[in-house]
Amino acid sequence: MTSLRIPATGLRFENIDKRYGGLFALRRVSFEIAPGECVVLAGRNGSGKTTLLRIAAQIVKPTAGKLSFPGADSTPSANGRPGYVAHATMVYDELTAEENLVLFARLQNVENPAARAEELLREVGLIERRGSLVRTFSRGMRQRIAIARALIHRPSVLLFDEPATGLDPLGITWLANSLREVNRARCTVVMSLHGESEISALATRAVQLDAGSVVADTKSGASLHSILTFGSA
Amino acid sequence: MGKRIVLGAVAILLVIAAAYASFYVAPEERTMGLVQRIFYFHVGSAWAGLLAFFVCFIGNLMYVWKREPKYDWLGVAGAEVGLVFTTVVLITGPIWAHPVWGIWWTWDARLTSTFVLWLLYVSYLLLRTLIEEPERRALHSALFGIFAFIDVPLVFGAIRWWRTQHPSPVIMGGPGSGLDPTMRKVLLFSGLAMCVLMAFLIAERYVLEKMRSEVDILQREAEAQ
Amino acid sequence: MSLLSNTAILLGKELRTEFRSRELLTTTAVFILIVLVLFSFAINPGTEEARQFAPGLLWLAILFAASLMFQSCFLREQTNDTLSSLRLAVSDPFAIFLAKLIANTLFLLMTELLMLPFFAIFYNIPLWSKLPALILVLFVGSLGISIAGTAISAISAQARMRELLLPLLLLPLLTPVLVVSSLVTGSLLDRDPIVQWKGIGFLAVFDLIFLTALWLFGEYLLEE
Repeated sequence: MTSLRIPATGLRFENIDKRYGGLFALRRVSFEIAPGECVVLAGRNGSGKTTLLRIAAQIVKPTAGKLSFPGADSTPSANGRPGYVAHATMVYDELTAEENLVLFARLQNVENPAARAEELLREVGLIERRGSLVRTFSRGMRQRIAIARALIHRPSVLLFDEPATGLDPLGITWLANSLREVNRARCTVVMSLHGESEISALATRAVQLDAGSVVADTKSGASLHSILTFGSA
Repeated sequence: MGKRIVLGAVAILLVIAAAYASFYVAPEERTMGLVQRIFYFHVGSAWAGLLAFFVCFIGNLMYVWKREPKYDWLGVAGAEVGLVFTTVVLITGPIWAHPVWGIWWTWDARLTSTFVLWLLYVSYLLLRTLIEEPERRALHSALFGIFAFIDVPLVFGAIRWWRTQHPSPVIMGGPGSGLDPTMRKVLLFSGLAMCVLMAFLIAERYVLEKMRSEVDILQREAEAQ
Repeated sequence: MSLLSNTAILLGKELRTEFRSRELLTTTAVFILIVLVLFSFAINPGTEEARQFAPGLLWLAILFAASLMFQSCFLREQTNDTLSSLRLAVSDPFAIFLAKLIANTLFLLMTELLMLPFFAIFYNIPLWSKLPALILVLFVGSLGISIAGTAISAISAQARMRELLLPLLLLPLLTPVLVVSSLVTGSLLDRDPIVQWKGIGFLAVFDLIFLTALWLFGEYLLEE
């Protein structure tokens, strides 16, 4: 899915604080993700998972603290930016699937945007609908085009906010397979998930957030299982 | 607290002294008579109002740069106090104009520009009421405040040019041209008094906004639990 | 360089989406037409006064049309949070503003040119004597309206009552443009027309000042 040329990049949060209207959404979050790790963020709704992912995606600025990408090229180049899949599709409803991908490829100086778009359309299984407006897509197809957009610049860090939302069982299997491939290519994956699934089975580590703070961080299978089942009620 | 009381006392004494000076010290204007004495308050308020909007602008710039709530408080304090003084200008203007020229509103360049200024800062305050989230409210209103302030010289320039294109119904050498020396001194003094009053009001409004924002945070914390 | 290429790519996107539906262009053109017709009932066209009022009415109609047209400018980017994906993709967020304000200027100019013949016929005003100068005034004026309007629509899109808020914030800010454009247009449409270069220069200065402000402060408008 992704070429092997990408440099392995990790992710480091140092004392990240995020306040909204004086209230803490995140408080003193510090942990480091090694290059190539596949990490699940667990926690209740409102525990700060989405905020943390948006900070990692550099969409939201932390109130205090530092975010860095150890191992990345010192120059913040095109694929230095993480790929990010959010709740919203982040693509244009009034453009076709192909136009969307070509647009984002060109903006990020991807070589040969049309070929890259076609390659991704094929991988996410939308090649037959390449000329259809995204407006006409089903929820599952929207999630596929959203994932394709996030992958367009061959990022070395992937951030997924509830990637399984809207996907049918077939789609979940497809997503799990693609994530496995991406991760095998030394791409760092961070995703927020609810409960256990084929996708969470890929995780090698789980970090649990509660009220904006890290309350558990484990790599062992048993506690990983318990965080995924009970930690994200 | 003590400093603010002293500042308030000084401001009130200065305003009383300025009122005395403009009624008893300044000589009577030959053609306009008694009503011309409103001029000292009218122009003094205009200076204080502009200065208050400048304070707002500084607060806005500092907020965008530093992102500290205190600059947001300064911005809202400057805008509200500036509005109070420009409102005084807009009310005293017609009171002065009516007996002298026989019309309430003259579309005089300065008065009209002040009116547009007043509208801009009313919009600034309205914008603040329409954004819920405190950081976004502070940032977006600060940015609008910056746009509004850089618009001020353009508004003055455009309206002045517009007035010279349409001959004004009233011929009048603007105040300040060939002003009697005593009148000038009284004007400067009442301008100073208005500016001290303005500083006092901004300080008070700033403290009020600070408390309001602290109460707001406490309320949010209570709701979050 | 990447600012220019990003701007060009985004401008292409703006134009493509608009020309696919032509929603903005048609609704704005019809809106201006309606306003011009309604104005003619209010001021009895054909009289000498109407001739004097006409340039001001034209610019007022443009201003109101613009404040409707810009509503969707940033709102559209919120539907699917495409504003975030744009910010992630471009290297300089100013490109987002630049593309949008160029697109807005183009759309505004196109509707104006479409409406100009109707204006000339309704108010019995010969446009042809100074047409290039008239188009120049329309351009510098609409550019100013679009620069300020694009900035303000980024603010209003994230507030309550945004449909009312946009004109409320924008119109006072555009007083200088309205005043000067109406005057310059007025003297172009006079019985003996003259080109007021001073006014055109003033509008260009307005454009430049607000463009600089947008360049300096625009990225903060897009912060989440």
